[in-house]
Amino acid sequence: MYATTYHRPKSIEEAGQLASEEAMYLSGGQTLLPTMKQRLAAPESLIDLRHIDELKGISVEGRKVRIGAATTHFEVASSDALAKVCPGLCHLASLVGDPAVRHMGTIGGSIANNDPAADYPAGLLGLGATIITNQRSLSADAFFTGLFETALEEGELVTAVEFEAPEKAGYAKFRNPASRYAITGVFVARLGDGSVRVAVTGSGADGVFRHSGMEEALAGNFAAEAIDGTTVDAGALMSDLHASAEYRANLVKVMAKRAVQDAR
Amino acid sequence: MADINLTVNGRTVSGTCEDRTLLVQFIRENLGLTGTHVGCDTSQCGACVVHIDGKAVKSCTMLAAQADGAEVLTIEGLASGGELHPMQAAFREHHGLQCGFCTPGMIMTAVDMVRRHGGQLDEKTVRHELEGNICRCTGYHNIVKAILAAAEEMGAGAKVAAE
Repeated sequence: MYATTYHRPKSIEEAGQLASEEAMYLSGGQTLLPTMKQRLAAPESLIDLRHIDELKGISVEGRKVRIGAATTHFEVASSDALAKVCPGLCHLASLVGDPAVRHMGTIGGSIANNDPAADYPAGLLGLGATIITNQRSLSADAFFTGLFETALEEGELVTAVEFEAPEKAGYAKFRNPASRYAITGVFVARLGDGSVRVAVTGSGADGVFRHSGMEEALAGNFAAEAIDGTTVDAGALMSDLHASAEYRANLVKVMAKRAVQDAR
Repeated sequence: MADINLTVNGRTVSGTCEDRTLLVQFIRENLGLTGTHVGCDTSQCGACVVHIDGKAVKSCTMLAAQADGAEVLTIEGLASGGELHPMQAAFREHHGLQCGFCTPGMIMTAVDMVRRHGGQLDEKTVRHELEGNICRCTGYHNIVKAILAAAEEMGAGAKVAAE
């Protein structure tokens, strides 16, 4: 790891003031620190977000859910309040990494990194969540823009995510057994207005994406067999040493079916 | 440079290190507590697991500066008064190790597991929860046996006591 300077701000405002082109926000660090160790990232300074209270915590009021950006995967996975209205997202968080990683890694860090095989991008895109930053709020559809790319500007900080709890939601993931990232993960949500959103991670050549064919089929009939008639275009999917695009195309349908079956 | 103040195994310690120093390096090199191991250095293997403020984390994937002010528990802090912790005793009793390199991390992960699940651990849960700890010798069978035995001994009260 190259030398860096560590900062520990106490407020969102102070964190924003420390931001610069050469600085990076450090949340749980479960991706950033390994990346720095490999010298694939070398920020001159790190702005630690773990000690900013206003970035933490889960609040559920009726069907409205707000999760602070520095809330850990463990906290999301084990939140009783969240499990009452959206157990599918708790399940998703319980599948990230391993127990020690979940004690450190955060929802804000995951979505700001937008790894094409990360779980949360599918969850938040599938829920139609709103991403709140220290400058604005934007829809998940507008936030995730490509491989490791988001709509975040230089120095802009994710502070929370908000969403209306769905009627039901499920997440099914085919994991790489070594890295525990998704080779394919599909999040399916039926929203209060009856519409359905299907978001796929781990597969898309441009990162997380929605599958409109499945969304339409499931809006008509929210059952696994509704997915049989849909098609997944392998041309838009990744091929790598773990799985070919054609194999992933099949996995997307299989995982979507399982997500529908598991939806609660 | 970062000034680090920690409570390690109940003892207040301080030291100075570079901002980029990993917590595991600080524990091993500055504090001389070499029970915490570095295996893969890529947060996969779990040999470096310690408890920070009561929760298991991988100390190779945390800066010492991030841990400043925290309470750290390492493998050296588990036994009390020369008496092995029940988890350590169970690993010995059930032959839960061969070369022993992964053992400190396994035990710290196992203690955290019992803290979260209490005495209600079953084999499936233990195997699932060990996904962040790699052992190349044992095939895991005796590790799982040891954790189940210790969980039973530590009892359902373990979860409550830890909270």
